[in-house]
Amino acid sequence: MSRSTRRRAVSALFSAACAASVIFALVPLALILFYLLQKGIGALEWGFLFHNPKPVGETGGGFANAIVGTLVLIGLASLFAVPIGVIAGLYVAEYRGSRFATLVRFAADALNGVPSIVVGIFAYSVAVMPVRRFSAIAGGFALGVMMIPIIARTTEELLRLVPESLRDGALALGATRSRAAWSVVLPAALPGILTGILVAVARIAGETAPLLFTAFGNRFFSTRLDQPIAALTVQIYTYAVSPYEDWHRQAWAGAFLLVVVVFVLSVAARLATRRLERMHG
Amino acid sequence: MIQGPGFKNSVRRSRSDRRGPDALFRRATGAVATLVILLAAAIAFELLRLSRLSIEKFGLKFWTGKIWDPVSGEFGASPFLWGTLYSSILALLVAGPIAIGIAVFLSELAPGGWRRPLSFLTELLAAIPSIVYGLWGVFVLVPLIRKLETGMPESLRKLPIFSGPPVGVGMLAAAAILAIMVIPFSSAVAREVLRAVPASQREAAYALGATRFEAIRAVLFHGRTGVIGALLLGFGRALGETMAVTMVIGNNPKASLSLFAPQHTMAAVLANEFTEAADDLYLAALVEIGLVLFVVTLVVNALSRLLIWSLERGSRRIPPVAAPEAVSGAEAA
Repeated sequence: MSRSTRRRAVSALFSAACAASVIFALVPLALILFYLLQKGIGALEWGFLFHNPKPVGETGGGFANAIVGTLVLIGLASLFAVPIGVIAGLYVAEYRGSRFATLVRFAADALNGVPSIVVGIFAYSVAVMPVRRFSAIAGGFALGVMMIPIIARTTEELLRLVPESLRDGALALGATRSRAAWSVVLPAALPGILTGILVAVARIAGETAPLLFTAFGNRFFSTRLDQPIAALTVQIYTYAVSPYEDWHRQAWAGAFLLVVVVFVLSVAARLATRRLERMHG
Repeated sequence: MIQGPGFKNSVRRSRSDRRGPDALFRRATGAVATLVILLAAAIAFELLRLSRLSIEKFGLKFWTGKIWDPVSGEFGASPFLWGTLYSSILALLVAGPIAIGIAVFLSELAPGGWRRPLSFLTELLAAIPSIVYGLWGVFVLVPLIRKLETGMPESLRKLPIFSGPPVGVGMLAAAAILAIMVIPFSSAVAREVLRAVPASQREAAYALGATRFEAIRAVLFHGRTGVIGALLLGFGRALGETMAVTMVIGNNPKASLSLFAPQHTMAAVLANEFTEAADDLYLAALVEIGLVLFVVTLVVNALSRLLIWSLERGSRRIPPVAAPEAVSGAEAA
């Protein structure tokens, strides 16, 4: 074989290997979606959505307590994480290049990389140990801690998409920096920031580890903030590792529901970001 | 020289930045931004505070001890350290080449119309919650691996890495699920890194008569720090992954080279035993595991960010293509 045919063969082989790795990565995705559809849809019925769990050992019952619990936890987390995250992101975008802004961004990246189970320990020590009780508040706090860096970073990224000329225009008309940021730059990026929040919600909605010893889970319907509360993910976990066939079925249904919600939020966010990019980019 | 960073800075730092509404704005938003830093510091502080009892009592012996028996008060965390490192390294070995392949395909090879939908699909894979991977692992992957284990010829089963009873749950299942979870994440970052490699690198390679593979090799070489950073970022993810691993690894605190043996990881022992920690020492021992997990992931993440940043900053210094004036000047001559 001549040198040039060998080089071309190596090149073709390499391209094929790269294409194969894409297929290889998409196989698990297809498999997971297949099983979710096969096992999840069948079990996803009226009773699953609107009933509370039956006593251990009895068949039937549903995830109503967990669905409501997850909504409560997300609400609690958003309540303090959204304002902090958005304003921190605004600060970093607005004063980018300053040493402190870089430090804040670095801290956000660091927080983003902290394993969620470690965030759970932190929330346990801050919100569970002092009152000696697992609670919805502790769970919401843990999820919020995870949400802040995600929102801060996406807000910063999306504010950067807003053209400099918009800000310059506002400044040239005599606006102060705060006026320009609040009334011109932030509104221009608002759709993007809202979807960034949705992405963060999608991420924390699927978190289990930080809830294990904060919200703890609850077999009963509860919306009390100072009591343990059920969560979709924790209940999927308990049901999946249980020995009951019927609980396994419900775990699949719960997983299906969770994935549908996460995908819808991700697709919506993706479309909105693309629109924003086309508008300003 | 009017353009350039100096000019921009002088506009940015106007006099009103020090007084008046702008100063207030800066201080108010800055105060909120400080919370992010405080939060990171508070996590470190709380972990240290809660684990002090164990650190003082056991010292370094904690990480060399092989026996974890909370009932008799014996706490050796080396099986967890081993399990975390072993599973994450195995996952990285499998996921690394595939993630690079995907990144290369999406940034260099795929036809224009394919890029967006394909990258979106891999991103969806990253969005699936880890509990769903765990559920799938328990009911689909573990039975599959059990079949593989029972079908393996006796001669191979004698090797230390395949020893032990064929139970399905164990190191292999954990490494496989970690690899699946890390691939989309690392490939997305590596793709961005390859995109940041200036087009001139490819053009120069092709101009010298390189084949596609040789040109891509040049691109990968140019972006090597960033690609390594992307893989490290995935590694950091794998180290801290909890739910999916704890559901398939078997949760047995016994270090072993065998891929089939049920083992344990740092994150998994926290998920399993934290609510059972009855006495202060047990709790402190668990928190110490969390503390080390925190420090290790922090270091791995910081290192990978630095690698990616250094590449991006380096690329910016190189002009994108030959300066247009020079080209038109040459034509005129």
